[in-house]
Amino acid sequence: MNLTLLNVIVAVVIAIAFAALNAAYLVWAERRGAARIQRRPGPNINGPFGLLQPPLDGIKLMAKQLTTPGGADKVLFIAAPVLAMFPAIMSFVTIPFSDTIVAKNMNVGVLMIFAFASMGSMSLVFAGWSSRNKYSMMSSVRAVSQAVAYEIPMLITTITVVMIAGSTDLMEIVNQQSPSILHWNIFPLLGNSHNLLMPLSFLIFFTCTLAETNRAPFDLGEAESELVAGFHTEYGSMGFGLFFMGEYANIVIGSCMTTILFLGGWSCPFGLFPGVWWFIIKLYILIATFIWIRWTFPRTTIYGLLNLSWKILIPLSLFNLLFTAGLIKVF
Amino acid sequence: MNAPVETNAPIEIQPDETFILNVGPQHPATHGVLRVKMEMNGEYIVDAETVIGYIHRMHEKMGEIKTYPQFLMNLSRMDYLGALGYSHGHVLVVEKASAIEVPERAEYIRAIMVELNRIASHLFWFGAFVMDLGGFSPLMYALQDREHILDMLEAVTGSRLTYCYFRFGGVYNDIDDDFISAARKFIPRMRKSLKKYHKLVTGNIIFRKRLEGVAPLSKEICRKYGASSAVARGSGINFDVRKNEPYSVYPEFDFDIPVYHECDSMARYMVRMDEIEQSLRIVEQGLAKLPDGPVMPKKKPKIIKPPAGDYYQAVETARGSFGVRLVSDGDKIPYRLKLRSPTYSNMHLFDEACKGMMIMDALAFMGSLDLVIPEIDR
Amino acid sequence: MICEKTKIALENLFASKGVEETIEPEPVQEVETAGENVDEKQQELPRPDGVIERDYSVHGYHLDAQVPPDLLIDAVKIVDEGEFFIESITGVDWIKENQLEIIYDFSRYDFDLCRVVIRTRIARDNPEIPTITTIYAGANWHERETRDFFGINFVGHPHLVPLLLPEDADFHPLLKDFKA
Repeated sequence: MNLTLLNVIVAVVIAIAFAALNAAYLVWAERRGAARIQRRPGPNINGPFGLLQPPLDGIKLMAKQLTTPGGADKVLFIAAPVLAMFPAIMSFVTIPFSDTIVAKNMNVGVLMIFAFASMGSMSLVFAGWSSRNKYSMMSSVRAVSQAVAYEIPMLITTITVVMIAGSTDLMEIVNQQSPSILHWNIFPLLGNSHNLLMPLSFLIFFTCTLAETNRAPFDLGEAESELVAGFHTEYGSMGFGLFFMGEYANIVIGSCMTTILFLGGWSCPFGLFPGVWWFIIKLYILIATFIWIRWTFPRTTIYGLLNLSWKILIPLSLFNLLFTAGLIKVF
Repeated sequence: MNAPVETNAPIEIQPDETFILNVGPQHPATHGVLRVKMEMNGEYIVDAETVIGYIHRMHEKMGEIKTYPQFLMNLSRMDYLGALGYSHGHVLVVEKASAIEVPERAEYIRAIMVELNRIASHLFWFGAFVMDLGGFSPLMYALQDREHILDMLEAVTGSRLTYCYFRFGGVYNDIDDDFISAARKFIPRMRKSLKKYHKLVTGNIIFRKRLEGVAPLSKEICRKYGASSAVARGSGINFDVRKNEPYSVYPEFDFDIPVYHECDSMARYMVRMDEIEQSLRIVEQGLAKLPDGPVMPKKKPKIIKPPAGDYYQAVETARGSFGVRLVSDGDKIPYRLKLRSPTYSNMHLFDEACKGMMIMDALAFMGSLDLVIPEIDR
Repeated sequence: MICEKTKIALENLFASKGVEETIEPEPVQEVETAGENVDEKQQELPRPDGVIERDYSVHGYHLDAQVPPDLLIDAVKIVDEGEFFIESITGVDWIKENQLEIIYDFSRYDFDLCRVVIRTRIARDNPEIPTITTIYAGANWHERETRDFFGINFVGHPHLVPLLLPEDADFHPLLKDFKA
């Protein structure tokens, strides 16, 4: 692909707009989804199906005063919400939505996304520490231990997929899976490896995505019933809004990665008409699952969460890595 | 595989490593204005002191300056979720003291109403408790069922939350056929929902992991603090005032007292869920046995003046053993009216029991105590 | 069953104390059966110390023991040994007799039903009574509440600060001479 500078700028802007729009409208989707699960209407006043709710919410948040608590570290306090939104949006630049729609493809796309993802937990630390609030502090300490615990199995699982594909280029990973549904990394009966443990890998990756994005049942950083609102207790106005949108942007990134790594990206399950629509469909099915899980499960405890990662997910993903390496050597 | 971590493992604490965390008076987990001053070591609670009294309204003083009928509506302001049980205790002690005969139909109506109110209270607790654990949806389901009860009670009593329905000698409004048919329809509906709740919530692995083995309460600590309701019954104590000290028409009904011996938060949860079923049985039998007749006695003293003396009446409300002590000097206003609220005692043991717990478990434990703050503060 | 046992234990307490201090009135009340007229008489006169068996269907409790303040701890210990749980502690202001009465309610968890009321009277001018928190930890809040409302000083209480009233409250609303 030969892109001129103008093309790149347009593509980047589109990617960012996609991320921001998604983040805003996922709030709407979440509220509608929650309402559906809880047998109530949800936001339905503003516009058809309440579709004007997100922009109006945005206006309301922007109209509010941004207060900083006394004695807070002002620079970090203001930097934290920006840091929550920025890496999530940046990651979109390298995500391929189809074989043509990608802002800037890189051959180390996987690495770049993980680098930005780990910046996300930095924002939680900044927010928690600079707020000068004990609840925020506890929340950010939790968030760090959670991020450390879940990035490891997530990376190990990704390495498994990268090993099968033989590339860290996201396009290349999808192309490897495109021939048919049996080439997808979730059930790789054909293709490079014949690893029957890959569905497990998919589950590990999906669980880690839940934990990495601080979603229920792993939303220990927020934990409204214990830590009030966790790291964003002291944030109001658009500071809170950015955290909120950052969370949803992260969900989109997590779902995009799951789609690319395991569900064959934009390839069609029946081998026909590949295209961006398949990507979008898979993406939103995953996002709906996120919402569904959030409104169904209670929250785990912090020790339950860490036990799950260190005692189950990491050993399993390590075993799967070795197993896959062996299989690749054999076939 | 995932062995539960011992939450009560002893931790060595350096005195300068702890910090004070104020949970409340405005905190999502306290369900009202309750404050717990916790000394924390990281996520572990070293020491806790509960501070109450933020919505203290001095009901007992009001009892000393109002006449007996004037005080009736105060009782429902104590506990806004299970208000009728509290009124029941008050009218029973005054009737006992001034020897007022209550028609049988009125007693049956009272029992049916109190049990319906108990179900409503337990439903709200169920939703709020799961919400404390981070699950939001069950609250909405529970509130929908509770709405049916409130509609029924509203049709008869005239209010949805703070009822003033019981009078000395009976009830102020007879129940009609609409109420009876609505209540008959409600019973199978509630049984169905109860099954659904068990499927949705009780079997959930995260839910069980958070409750099983957490916050054990020994029989001894229950006795020393005077715990009642599910807090005692979850610790293997078979204590329910309706059975231990039968009052009203409760001896006529066939119902069981659910008792669990696990002593943990799960046991307290299970007790309350089983109590809903038992209350349904009482309502069912009450509707079947409901006798005809008046709902107020034919002759009743115009001004209620119990003879001088000291009277006590305990009743089982949705939250436990509620007691009213009436000291009368023969006047038309009580000389002293003491209200013994059950959650007051249940909450008191939190300070001692939560030591060494993690904050998440402690707040789940607090939820399992079924707190209604106005009832603690009175 | 347990009622009999507790009654005998409480009577023995009075008897043993009565031997030591001859001023103590002998527990003659035990001969009397509970009845309406007896109760009314008791209310008019300041009641002498001793144990009375009350009619449960009228009063709602079985044993009514009035003890002098220095015997309170011993009486509560007897109740504790009988595996009773603490129901509540409260006060009554008998302003005409210039006395404050403190009422301790105890009940049982099992079906051997017995409600015990232990009451003690102290002078209104110098309201002091030993705490029972050493025996029943749950008495803590009840005693603090009684102190809030009546100004009774529970000697030896670990944390006697206002519980329901504001932290700086220096009034006691349930005293009969309290003017808002």
